[in-house]
Amino acid sequence: MKVTRETVTGWLQAAPLTVVLLGFLVAPIITIVIVSFWQATEFSIIPAFSLENYEFLFGSPVTYKVFAATFKYAFLTWAMTLAIGFTVAYYLAFHIRSQTMQIALFLLCTIPFWTSNIIRMISWIPFLGRNGIANQTLISWGVIDQPLEWLLYSDFSVILAFVHLYTLFMVVPIFNTMMRIDRNLIEAARDNGASGFQTLVHVIIPLTKPGIMIGTIFVLTLVMGDFITVRFMSGSQRANVGRLISNDIALLQYPSAAATAVVLLCTVLIVIGILLRFVNIRKEL
Amino acid sequence: MSKTGYTRRSILKTGAAALGASAFPAPMIWAQEIKNITLRQFGTGVSNLNDVANKVKEDLGFTLEMTALDSDAVTQRAATQPDSFDIADIEYWICKKVWPTGNLQAMDTSKIKNYDKIVGIFKSGKLTPESVIAQGTAPSTVGFVEGPGGTTFADQETGWMTLIPTIYNADTLGIRPDLIGRPIESWTELLNPEFKGKASILDISSIGIMDMAMVCEAMGEIQYGDKGNMTREEIDKTMAIFTEAKKNGQFRAFWKTFDESVNLMASGEVVIQSMWSPAITAVKSRGIDCVYQPLKEGYRSWGGGLGLSKSLSGMELDAAYEYINWYLSGWVGGYLMRQGYYSAVPETSKDFMSDNEWGYWFEGKPATDVITSPTGDKLAEAGETRDGGSFYDRMGHVACWNAVMDENQYMVRKWNEFIAS
Repeated sequence: MKVTRETVTGWLQAAPLTVVLLGFLVAPIITIVIVSFWQATEFSIIPAFSLENYEFLFGSPVTYKVFAATFKYAFLTWAMTLAIGFTVAYYLAFHIRSQTMQIALFLLCTIPFWTSNIIRMISWIPFLGRNGIANQTLISWGVIDQPLEWLLYSDFSVILAFVHLYTLFMVVPIFNTMMRIDRNLIEAARDNGASGFQTLVHVIIPLTKPGIMIGTIFVLTLVMGDFITVRFMSGSQRANVGRLISNDIALLQYPSAAATAVVLLCTVLIVIGILLRFVNIRKEL
Repeated sequence: MSKTGYTRRSILKTGAAALGASAFPAPMIWAQEIKNITLRQFGTGVSNLNDVANKVKEDLGFTLEMTALDSDAVTQRAATQPDSFDIADIEYWICKKVWPTGNLQAMDTSKIKNYDKIVGIFKSGKLTPESVIAQGTAPSTVGFVEGPGGTTFADQETGWMTLIPTIYNADTLGIRPDLIGRPIESWTELLNPEFKGKASILDISSIGIMDMAMVCEAMGEIQYGDKGNMTREEIDKTMAIFTEAKKNGQFRAFWKTFDESVNLMASGEVVIQSMWSPAITAVKSRGIDCVYQPLKEGYRSWGGGLGLSKSLSGMELDAAYEYINWYLSGWVGGYLMRQGYYSAVPETSKDFMSDNEWGYWFEGKPATDVITSPTGDKLAEAGETRDGGSFYDRMGHVACWNAVMDENQYMVRKWNEFIAS
């Protein structure tokens, strides 16, 4: 092969990104995989090749339960953020006519994101508590006599916080793809006698698929990798895989944490792999 | 001339300088250079107080940098990052875990001015000559090593201390008397179905398991050989009882940080829970009734101390000794005792407390005037007495010390299961 000036330039242009990815993505993951085969005592880590961490992980019923809980949180959060995200994006894209207004309303959606994730999450706690605003209001309206206990430190509060935190990650990509839909297509559908609902199902949803898929990937990876939301909103009463890992790290069990992380990583990759079978994002972008 | 050896002049010069240095030793150099010294201390929130750092700057001239972490993170750092700190403010059970890593150096007690006045708990292990050493990691059992480089703990005083004791207390359950409305006398109440959905326990395995053990033993369900060093069976049984309770919805939440425990109690989410003394103070200072309830089975106690990093040497090491001597000289002790802790050298702290404060906090006498915290919040009215009474009443009823077990790793896995269940 003749090395032309162009190929060299091409390689050079790709080099910085390659180096960054190798150094900050590939190398850490390889390290995690290696450490996951090591052993640990309380205060030392022993480099060895041992399957003990994985044996313990796959042998413990807790692991399966916790993975099931993680999937449950991911699925419910996904379904709700999708429903809300799609509706918001649809409204912004098709019901707001002026572009200035669209941009203004879109920015409005992002305002809560100017504060920290954790603050937005924790602010739910006084609101949902036993003597919190929600319960006091409901009691004063006479809807309930006793404070609702399940509002806080429950699956409900965890999922509520997830939906609140991550809906925007659904809105943005869906809104983006909707804006690219050729308006003539919708007109054509109407001219051919399609009802509003039929247009939605047969024209808009199929064309919005890539956006939905990107949003889905965002939400799934964020929820499956989370630990702090689950800890705070469930008052440490519930666990997901992230919490298993964080507990292990706190107790200096790095190899065991690494093994759990590897299993989680594989699980998430498999899920995303399956999702990508449905939509070819590259082609549609 | 190519010869560059020692000329008469150069020898005279160095000689004079050496003479000068020995005739006017430390103070001069000390005073100039001490200001440049920074000691990095880290530890749990209880004693990492900015007021202490400010006072050190004022009294001793050097800078003390403080980092507050939770117990797990403290252990982690002491065990894995020896160069990231100069002084470790850790608990005795953490010391048992961390000392074998060799990251800390033993201290020469002959350099500690108030060594003789340190309370017996930290030396012979006995508060009074008649006392029995409680179960768990009692400070005296991990307080000494054989020599400067010793890695195993000695049974008696050797002159080489692992940690210089600074602060300790007897822990029990905190309750909201206004929401409970009846006397609470036993650890068993934590699992009483009456408080379903209103109880909490702390999610720090090594301490949480002790509170669990106090409860299980009080219930008569389990007889422990040593609560501080359980067998696998004992751990399994304890966890089974608490997992059952958790599934039945006994617990509202688990807490990991000081602030979480304060918020749970103050908001009324929880009416009975494991708690730390200053957290009670924090709830009270919001004007909410909260009691650190003495229980008939006794207290679960803990103690902390300052350990020196292996890498400290020279002037920094001298500064560290200086700091430790200052720590035991009374100001800090008084400050901590006015928060409800005890100082390792109570008699020096007395000079920094009023008679009323000393009577209330240490002697268990009714307050003769309003008692305020070091930050100025009102904690008790005149006439009130401290929960649990005097120093000897409280520290004399310790059932168990915070501990780390031989089966620690097994316990940790079980704890993880308990949280996930």
